[in-house]
Amino acid sequence: MTTAAGHGQADAGHHGLSFVRKYIFSTDHKIIGIQFLFMSLFFLLVGGLMAMMIRWQLGYPGQPLPGGGGLPETMAPGGVILPEFYNSLVTMHGTFMVFFAIMPLLVGVYANYLIPLKIGAPDMAFPRINMASFWIAFVAGLIMLAGFFVAGGHAAAGWTSYAPLSARPDLSGVHMGQVLWLVSLIVLGLSSILGALNYITTIINMRAPGMHWFRMPLSIWSLFITAILVLLAMPILSGALIMLLFDQTLGTSFFSPPEGGQPLLWQHLFWFFGHPEVYILILPAMGMVSDIIANGSRKPIFGYHSMVYAIAAIAFLGWLVWGHHMFQSGMNPMLGTTFMISTMVIAVPSAIKTFNWLGTLWRGNIRLHTPMLNALAFVSMFVIGGLSGIFMASTPVDIFIHDTYFIVAHIHYVLFGGSLFAIFAAIYFWYPKMFGRMMSERLGKVHFALTFVFYNLTFFPMHFLGMGGHMRRIYDPSEYEFMQGMQGTNTLISIAAFLLLASQAPFMWNFFWSLWKGAKAPDNPWEDNGLEWTVPSPPPHGNFAKTPTVYHGPYEFASPLVTEDYLPQSRPVPGAGGRAAS
Amino acid sequence: MQWLPPQASTYAGDIDFMFWVILVITGIAFVVVEAALLVFLIRYRHRPGRRAHYTHGNTTAEVIWTAVPAVTMIALGIWSGRVWAEIKDRDRMPTDAFEVAIEAKQFEWTVTYPGPDGVLGTSDDFAVRNQLHVPVNRPVKIHLTAEDVIHSFFVPEFRIKQDAVPGMTIPVWFEATAMGQFEIGCAELCGLGHYRMRGVVTVHADDDLDLWLSAQTADEEAGT
Repeated sequence: MTTAAGHGQADAGHHGLSFVRKYIFSTDHKIIGIQFLFMSLFFLLVGGLMAMMIRWQLGYPGQPLPGGGGLPETMAPGGVILPEFYNSLVTMHGTFMVFFAIMPLLVGVYANYLIPLKIGAPDMAFPRINMASFWIAFVAGLIMLAGFFVAGGHAAAGWTSYAPLSARPDLSGVHMGQVLWLVSLIVLGLSSILGALNYITTIINMRAPGMHWFRMPLSIWSLFITAILVLLAMPILSGALIMLLFDQTLGTSFFSPPEGGQPLLWQHLFWFFGHPEVYILILPAMGMVSDIIANGSRKPIFGYHSMVYAIAAIAFLGWLVWGHHMFQSGMNPMLGTTFMISTMVIAVPSAIKTFNWLGTLWRGNIRLHTPMLNALAFVSMFVIGGLSGIFMASTPVDIFIHDTYFIVAHIHYVLFGGSLFAIFAAIYFWYPKMFGRMMSERLGKVHFALTFVFYNLTFFPMHFLGMGGHMRRIYDPSEYEFMQGMQGTNTLISIAAFLLLASQAPFMWNFFWSLWKGAKAPDNPWEDNGLEWTVPSPPPHGNFAKTPTVYHGPYEFASPLVTEDYLPQSRPVPGAGGRAAS
Repeated sequence: MQWLPPQASTYAGDIDFMFWVILVITGIAFVVVEAALLVFLIRYRHRPGRRAHYTHGNTTAEVIWTAVPAVTMIALGIWSGRVWAEIKDRDRMPTDAFEVAIEAKQFEWTVTYPGPDGVLGTSDDFAVRNQLHVPVNRPVKIHLTAEDVIHSFFVPEFRIKQDAVPGMTIPVWFEATAMGQFEIGCAELCGLGHYRMRGVVTVHADDDLDLWLSAQTADEEAGT
């Protein structure tokens, strides 16, 4: 801890930094977190706009996209979306949302911003590597965007880029777009690996005195375990991407059968990365939601230790379930049974977490502030996404619903209903700390209510499309007789999706308006216990004037030892010195 | 809003039954959790002067809500495994089946039928585009492969889906229980014509199928 304290004092003297060093090439973890926030919110909007174009084509097949007249002939002549552009949209919506929006929003933003502040450290262990991690991700984003402007269009083999379609330009019509897709993700992987190394090192070595492992907030536990998953999973993806890049450019054939390649190899590699990735996209959300639900309930988190063990169990089992994406792939069906059992088992720690959140609400004193509303939406929507996953996990049921809209509904209940509501909760909760201003609660609640309603109207009906057999990634469903009767549902979903995007206007207004006009934020607006709330909003470079000492767990709400209903981790109270008991 | 499509194969009912079982189990879990959430939100909402109950957990409750899902999930897994094996286990596929070969390619299904000798892989085999003709109430076994990229053979009414992978020949079977025509869809993104890679299965009475088959062979002979 002495090195940490020494580092803090050294950094505290760095206030004379130029604008460029302070806000652009900054090594301050808080600025880097905020840079990630702006970048990934931009990509969230990009991904959202692509979803609107997809929904236009599905809601009103073959009709010119309003305002789409400006798109080039190769994408949408006269505003009518072409099949090849539709496939690019489907591919890039998934790619941007997974790799450039949800993942950096959770890991880039909140691991960076929260880890040092919540464990009582002045900065990350490797501030310059941290800066590199952001700028590498930024370059990856530019490369990914560039794919829209090359001949042949952007990658169009789905965000999972199944080979040989993704490996053979002669079969997909796409070469440069796919190459840029691959290069961008290889570059992004480097950024993620550097970030993960930093988070792990920081948490292991730079916790303030008294911040025992079992006094860490669940947000930090989940980010720590997520960082381990990133560190182990990303190199697998990078390896697979490099092999596919060789197939694309150097004439190798890892994944093309005529020369002895094996298409299923790509799927095994992709999903061996991809399933841990699914948990990378949800564990930090679970952790932050746990912090916010305890705060909103004014009550210690129920079953703190089992929450930690559940995160660890999910992370471990997450490595043993990748084959459930491949039940119908031609993989030996008996192997499918093994993967089904491990998949069924992984539902158990998720159930534990859900029940513990309910246990936290039970006999609480619940404050429904905007972060809490979004955290509760996370719980209620994650339940739907988790339960719908059981249908796909059951191998015989999966035969029918695999690659239908049922899985589209499922993934959006987990990633939008789950991760994105948690991200909204986190933005509303930590915004005052990040920017020193409060967001408007009234606009926040309007945004929450509209988003919750139109989100469900958009994604819930997709379950019924899936039950009807509606396949995914179909440019024009009316080609099939059995899907013609589903046009009404598709149009309804599209209208709800447009309104869902429109519902983000109050959020955007609130976010930017509050930057300048929001009420000044006090140090601890939510009366929380975390160390980040003991420093000014926003915290100065180096965070803590003096390295804090931690005396108890992070969830000492309603403690009988104090008159307030919260007890900051750094406030010594006789008798409350023990760790959060289970 | 749609519901599951009509059933037209022997195992469609088994898959649908499993679907309903899971729907009931998850439905109960859904109602219990969401109802508890709403009740707690109303009952324990903030009121001035109230203080939350100070507790860090309850081991008995946690053991129960770990054990109940664990037992349910594993039971579901074992049950599902049995249904799955009956449909997809390659060692247990029907042996007396009507056999055809299907090769998927961008963006069509080429169905190869055994010729008059009734055996696949001989010189009198003949192929038809996008038309799968099969007998009713008799197992049909398809040797499924792909020429270029991955496709997926999907007939909603039969509840059958199987990826067609280049370089692999994957056996897949069904037994149709209703006569008539059903659509074959491609369920794996396979390129820009993926959305129109449509075929048709026609399920015939046995005699009808023989007539159709011999008509095809006659056509071929007349054509040559």
